[in-house]
Amino acid sequence: MKSKQVKQVIYFSLLRFSIVIILSGLLLILFFIGMRGVKVLSWEFLTQMPKEGMTSGGILPAIIGTFYLTIGAILFALPLGVFAAIYLTEYARQGRLVRLIRIGINNLAGVPSVVFGLFGLAVFVKFFGFGVSILSGALTLGIVILPTIIRASEEALLIVPQSFREASLALGATKWQTIRKIVLPNAISGILTGSILGIGRAAGETAPILFTAATFYIIRLPRSFFDEVQALPYHIYALMTEGTHPESQMPIAYGTALVLLFLVLSIDSVGIIIRNQFRKKKKW
Amino acid sequence: MDGRIKIETRGLNFYYSEVPALKNVNIEIEENLVTALIGPSGCGKTTFLRTLNRMNDLVPTTRVEGKVLFDGQDIYQKNIDVVELRRKIGMVFQKSNPFPKSVFENAAYGPRLNGINNKSKLEEIVERSLRKAALWDEVKDRLKASALDLSGGQQQRLCIARSLAVEPEVLLMDEPASALDPTSTAKIEDLIHELKKNYTIVIVTHNMQQAARISDYTAFFMLGELTEFGATEVIFTKPKKKITEDYITGRFG
Repeated sequence: MKSKQVKQVIYFSLLRFSIVIILSGLLLILFFIGMRGVKVLSWEFLTQMPKEGMTSGGILPAIIGTFYLTIGAILFALPLGVFAAIYLTEYARQGRLVRLIRIGINNLAGVPSVVFGLFGLAVFVKFFGFGVSILSGALTLGIVILPTIIRASEEALLIVPQSFREASLALGATKWQTIRKIVLPNAISGILTGSILGIGRAAGETAPILFTAATFYIIRLPRSFFDEVQALPYHIYALMTEGTHPESQMPIAYGTALVLLFLVLSIDSVGIIIRNQFRKKKKW
Repeated sequence: MDGRIKIETRGLNFYYSEVPALKNVNIEIEENLVTALIGPSGCGKTTFLRTLNRMNDLVPTTRVEGKVLFDGQDIYQKNIDVVELRRKIGMVFQKSNPFPKSVFENAAYGPRLNGINNKSKLEEIVERSLRKAALWDEVKDRLKASALDLSGGQQQRLCIARSLAVEPEVLLMDEPASALDPTSTAKIEDLIHELKKNYTIVIVTHNMQQAARISDYTAFFMLGELTEFGATEVIFTKPKKKITEDYITGRFG
């Protein structure tokens, strides 16, 4: 064999090897969490309150808490992020200031999430006086996913062809009419997909809700946005660090992890399905 | 010239980040006639066209000097409503750009912008515009189909129909047939001939024969300057300047 063919084979093997490593990592996670989690999984596990000092019973409050926190984060961050992206791409004069803002947003995405947790504690819990609550947690999570939503939205807006905007403006549309009737409808799939992937991440975050929303145990389901909640990721953390009966708590932690994993994968699948639906329709 | 002047430029200069693209352009465009803009690539004819409906406002770091008078009023004055100006001065682009909507919704887009939502009224406008653009017979049975499923020539006529639906007074066309086959081109040319009864048309073209066929006046641009301007038959038979003759006869370009 010639040396260039040898090289070809070596590099191909290397590339294939990387994929094998990554895939086996993923499968191992699914396998171990699945094997251990599935043992405790039952209808009661999903629909009952925890019992006997968290050593038995279900995780219903954690599921509900994560659901509220995630929905709250979306309600807060999606409109805000999309509007910010529209402003940055469509309205703002592209110059040094906008570049600076973009750098800021990108850096925000790199800030460790526990820092957001502290920020949420200082601002939402203390300063605004929302206390440790769904509201504080949802707002904090919202800030965590804002950069993702802004970036996804900006990218989606930028790939709408300039010729569509020009055609609309040339017909006597205002800038806002053009954005609402032409730009947004053509960007919405990208905005939703990117945002949903961000939301999947938010659902699994522990640190931002650590000081702002989550609690180890509640005796009843939350009744208002000012109540503390249990949440799936924090529940795992609490079971593994705070209990006195690890032998009965560890299986519950794995069960909770499996539910969380399933939840995040479901959210991501929704994003991917939406993207594929729109892609099929899109012709430009 | 003996007709009414619809658009006039006086001492028009245009810059892309301080690089001049138009130099002291003075031209008078007559109402209900076709004025063709010709010249080699990069000579400024498209830039000139886009100054007439302030489309260049969208391009950052550009600057205009001088006057563009539309019905005697300077469109670059501060108090001008650009949105209303663009409704009166329609534009058809080089690459057809129908919206990814149905044929009907493309033609109805402009009227809807102006608050017309009555269904029968919209249907009437859509049909009239599509008829004016000589497209009605081809699409009347598939108004709900996506505009992107039409052929290239049909898409461009749909864009013309879309412009006509807002009842402009002037139609700016930027090489509207350059991406089309000869049959579609012929249809667009017939259409332009028909449209000039009601509209003032300014058309950029790379095709000399096309300019000769369809226009009443021809403006020849070179390096951002209006080199020669006059009745099309004069420009194409006995141009005053040697360089115009050289370009028209295909000696460069």
